[in-house]
Amino acid sequence: MEIVRRPHARNLVRFAAHKPEVLVLSADLTSSCEADDFRAAYPERFFSVGMAEQNMLSLAGGLAREGMLPHVHTFAVFICRRAFDQVAMSVAYPNLRVRLVGFLPGLTTPGGVTHQAIDDVALMRVLPNMTILECGDATEVESALDVAHGVPGPVYLRMLRGEVPRLFSSSDPMVLGQMRLVSRGADLLVVSSGVCTEEAMRAVLALRRKGVSAAHLHVSTLKPLSGDGLCDFASEARLGVITMENHSVVGGLGSAVAEALAERGVGKRLVRLGVQDQYAHGASKSYLLAKYGLDARALIGAAERLCEAPLDIADGELLGVDKGPADEQSKAEAL
Amino acid sequence: MDVNEYVQEVARVAFGVRRRVLEHTIRNNGGYLSQACSSAEMLASVYSGLLKLGPSLGSRVPGPFLGVPSASNPAAASGASYNGPKAPDLDRFVFSPVHYALVLYAVLIETGRLSPEALEQFNKDGSMVELIGAEHSPGHEVTAGSLAQALSQAAGIALGRKLKGETGRVVVFMSDGELAEGQTYEAIAAAAYHRVDNLVAMIDVNGQACDGRMDSVMNVEPIAQRLRSFGAVVAEVDGHDATALLEAFATPHPGAPLMIIGRTDPCRDLPILQERAPKLHYVRFKDKGEMARYEAVLCGLRQKEV
Repeated sequence: MEIVRRPHARNLVRFAAHKPEVLVLSADLTSSCEADDFRAAYPERFFSVGMAEQNMLSLAGGLAREGMLPHVHTFAVFICRRAFDQVAMSVAYPNLRVRLVGFLPGLTTPGGVTHQAIDDVALMRVLPNMTILECGDATEVESALDVAHGVPGPVYLRMLRGEVPRLFSSSDPMVLGQMRLVSRGADLLVVSSGVCTEEAMRAVLALRRKGVSAAHLHVSTLKPLSGDGLCDFASEARLGVITMENHSVVGGLGSAVAEALAERGVGKRLVRLGVQDQYAHGASKSYLLAKYGLDARALIGAAERLCEAPLDIADGELLGVDKGPADEQSKAEAL
Repeated sequence: MDVNEYVQEVARVAFGVRRRVLEHTIRNNGGYLSQACSSAEMLASVYSGLLKLGPSLGSRVPGPFLGVPSASNPAAASGASYNGPKAPDLDRFVFSPVHYALVLYAVLIETGRLSPEALEQFNKDGSMVELIGAEHSPGHEVTAGSLAQALSQAAGIALGRKLKGETGRVVVFMSDGELAEGQTYEAIAAAAYHRVDNLVAMIDVNGQACDGRMDSVMNVEPIAQRLRSFGAVVAEVDGHDATALLEAFATPHPGAPLMIIGRTDPCRDLPILQERAPKLHYVRFKDKGEMARYEAVLCGLRQKEV
């Protein structure tokens, strides 16, 4: 599998090249959020506001009112948790074209509970006017800004940084409101988002070898969710639906899918994989995904529950997707 | 601008605002009366020549509420239309302490931007003339009720206007309670750091907060020193003195925002309010006797007006 290094850094420079209204606001995490290449390329459009996120979000609202297109860069927790009221009142309520680019989604950081955004999707989902996009691979990182650009209101982008695998062909970019059908199957429906999609791909392959076929949907537009399309697949899934997200199971993809199924009367069993209403702590991504049940192994467990039978899949059988070199070493210690 | 005319106009508008807000408070048995007393001259000055504003584009009698901003609601109204058109050389007015909304509506009425009948819609269901204004309410450009966000938003508007090469200023009216919010100081620091010198704030320092006297709630002094230390140029004046406000606005502030501290009296021209001290935030009469005494004060003001 191709591993792409710092795709957002490069893409941001490309995206902004012929759009003089695109500004970047940064709260002292510029290279950590891969906005350093932008700063070097367009210094007059880069605004450092210091470690002061509340002001940054309201300031972005004011700039957007004047026709600027601010792209706020910081860690997801500092946009969604720390400055929630400012996002709600200065950005979302007036439906302004501000792009909130949030890094370190879920358990992708060893930075511990203060840096792990396990609630950001829930917080942004509850805001009227907000669109939510989540990147699952390098191709999506390279297309998310363009997707957001077409949205006439605020967009929260759950962004990946560093070494990012390419799961989807670069000729197949992210499209607003469109899920990706990763694989077809009749027994189960797996709905995944973000970094969980790579894990789910590994598990779905292993399941198939054991005779359990799963349809697998990757969701990058978390809000508005394509509920109709999703339920068409869910209705066809013989044993039930499994959602898998790098986020709390409360308020994110799992909740959104549950709402969609219930509202359409799709009576299927649902297993929500994700952080089970608890806080995590600081450690490596692979350790955390395993410990909190967000990895391929956790999906096998969920499938076993729905199949009501052990599937006897050994760890070695879950290594189907090549993880590539130095998966997260380059960023493991850096914040 | 003729300074004498401006001073007389501010006095006329401020008098009318206090009279009108008192009248409304009696009629509704409730109102933000001390805010009218403290801010009447500062808000009157905004619409009497201190700011370069065009004529109102809003309807003198506001229509019904047309819904909140969203992609599917292009009809959502902007209360900024009452402050005139947006043009590169014109100033923009941003109203932060939106619990002063009644006072702002009264100012708009006294300056001919709003019809007196507009107040009949005040705090009525389905109206835009809301108790705590939002950006659809007459005179309001941003949604500022979560206090201290307006200064940052105004700094963003001002920075955006600078980037576009516009010459007009962005003037924010604030209250002293907002000086307890950390975001206020974040905004000043950022505006100074990025040399947003088309930004002006005027602060009604009436020494009052919701719980009572400001200094019994939280200390925000020394205000001038605080604001200066974060990078603002500061002028401190008697907030009831129109000439002093005019001079304060002329303070040079190259490369930095200008913040004008207006020291004001929350009982100005209505000394009867002092009986309610220290809790002046919102007036609701204790009994008929108290209301009758306020009615007598209103009668006196009406005679003075004639």
